[in-house]
Amino acid sequence: MRFWIAGTFAALALASLWLPQWMLFIMTVAIARGLVVLGLLLLLRAGLVSFGQALYYCIGAYSAGALGRFFGISDIFLEMLAGAVLAGATAFVLGFLLARYRGIFFGLLSLALSMILYGLLVKTEALGSTDGFNIARSTLFGARPDEDWVRYAVLVASAAVAALAALLVHRYLQTPLGRLAPAIKDNEIRVEYMGASARQAVHVKYVIAATLAGVGGALAATTVGHIDPEMAYWTSSGEFIFIAILAGTGNVLAPFAGALVYGAIHTMAYDLSPNTWQMSLGVSLLLLIVFLPEGLFGRLRFR
Amino acid sequence: MKIVNVTHGSFYGIGAYAAASFTAAYLARGYPPLLSYLVLVGAAILVAVPLAVVIERAILRYLYVRDEVVILLVTYALFLILEDVAKLVWGVNPYYIAEPYALLGSFQVAGMAYPTYNLVLVGAAIAFGGGLAWLLHSTRAGKLLRAVIHDPEVSRAMGINVGRYYLATFALGSLLAALAGAFTAPTVSVVPGLGVDVIVLSFAVVVIGGLGSLPGAALGAVIVGAVRSLSVHYLPQVELFVIYFVMAVVLAVRPRGLFSLAEPRKI
Repeated sequence: MRFWIAGTFAALALASLWLPQWMLFIMTVAIARGLVVLGLLLLLRAGLVSFGQALYYCIGAYSAGALGRFFGISDIFLEMLAGAVLAGATAFVLGFLLARYRGIFFGLLSLALSMILYGLLVKTEALGSTDGFNIARSTLFGARPDEDWVRYAVLVASAAVAALAALLVHRYLQTPLGRLAPAIKDNEIRVEYMGASARQAVHVKYVIAATLAGVGGALAATTVGHIDPEMAYWTSSGEFIFIAILAGTGNVLAPFAGALVYGAIHTMAYDLSPNTWQMSLGVSLLLLIVFLPEGLFGRLRFR
Repeated sequence: MKIVNVTHGSFYGIGAYAAASFTAAYLARGYPPLLSYLVLVGAAILVAVPLAVVIERAILRYLYVRDEVVILLVTYALFLILEDVAKLVWGVNPYYIAEPYALLGSFQVAGMAYPTYNLVLVGAAIAFGGGLAWLLHSTRAGKLLRAVIHDPEVSRAMGINVGRYYLATFALGSLLAALAGAFTAPTVSVVPGLGVDVIVLSFAVVVIGGLGSLPGAALGAVIVGAVRSLSVHYLPQVELFVIYFVMAVVLAVRPRGLFSLAEPRKI
């Protein structure tokens, strides 16, 4: 599996040398979304559906934006680090509350929290209110790539970070704490009889998921070059869940592949019939749930 | 039915659209405006019930065995589809039908004008709530329905036609959503996205009240309405998220809502 993860992202970075700029953009955004969905995968394996992952996505994006706006820093790695730290810290605090909830209540409470952030941001003039604000072009370790190479540099940087994240999550899934996930989903009381703390396990997963979402948000912010409160709106969380269902939760590469397919579906549906792209998304989600309960890539096993 | 139904929002929106377009057509022909209330209700029934039956029979009934969360995603998918269907049928331009609203006029309360229509709506809401409570607790069908919700398998073994109860419940629930939309239509301009706003609010209402509890839903609705109005009046900055804040606080204190029922633990 380790070989597959490293190989996939290395091949992606190499192949991108020949791809047009717009495709690089779509791929980087897909990697950003894939990071968020990688976190969702952890929670989904434990039977928890967070309808509020956009909260951390947005925190990541705004911490990246704040770095540029208030400190003049535009280094992509620092931005991702800031997003990860802030999102992770927020999740650590909120986790004490959320780790007590399961099922629908977990989903709706996380949704409520992300909508609170949305409401706050819309009313905060200093951060651009509903318009959001623009983010300066990314730099890498102080180097400022040429106009033509910025997208490629950002893609390589994000592929490296995504590969690292996928490896770590894969490693985590093999630890005893990581293996508790399906047990929590099946029967929490038995988990407690075994002497493990389901609440603590959920808390840890929640913080990891939020950290990944923070990195994804920061990456999306610096790639798109603009952030606004819509990133915390519940439809944005719905998008991430859509990708998670589309991809399946069977392995750690699925979220990234799923995000790429989602980007393709989204772009094509928007291109072919701009007025009915929601319908295309709805129909594909429905078909997936009915006919492919494990997702497009959930069944793939790597050795 | 233990289903968190996002499609409910679409039924609300579609009910509003159906009522607005039917009533507008009705009034344009110059028929007596007093009967427009009947058209309002009739339009909602005519559109919502067949749609609900089709959705339940064609899609939902095959998926009841899956996780609650999966069903939620299915209804989310249906919601996305219906949003665009509504746009295709009714376009994106707003509809206005002020006649049923203006017809009843308004009266004075402590020096402030209050539209009579809103008062009628409050009465209608209480009547519907009472009717539903009576249906669930005092009729044979209602008691059987509660048994079906509690344990579908045992109910089926006892000879209850579980599928029919699911169908009837879904249709009735959707009809109520459509009626709510139809009654609201005269007070607002009917535009796309009407359902989105209402569905997240109604989730807040039922979560505050406790899932599956009628008095809980009523209390939740009052809390949400009051909190929202108060915040608009005193602290408009927080209007957007005060509902979610209340919901988070209620869940922090009562993890399953105010009127939640005890849940058996399965070992």
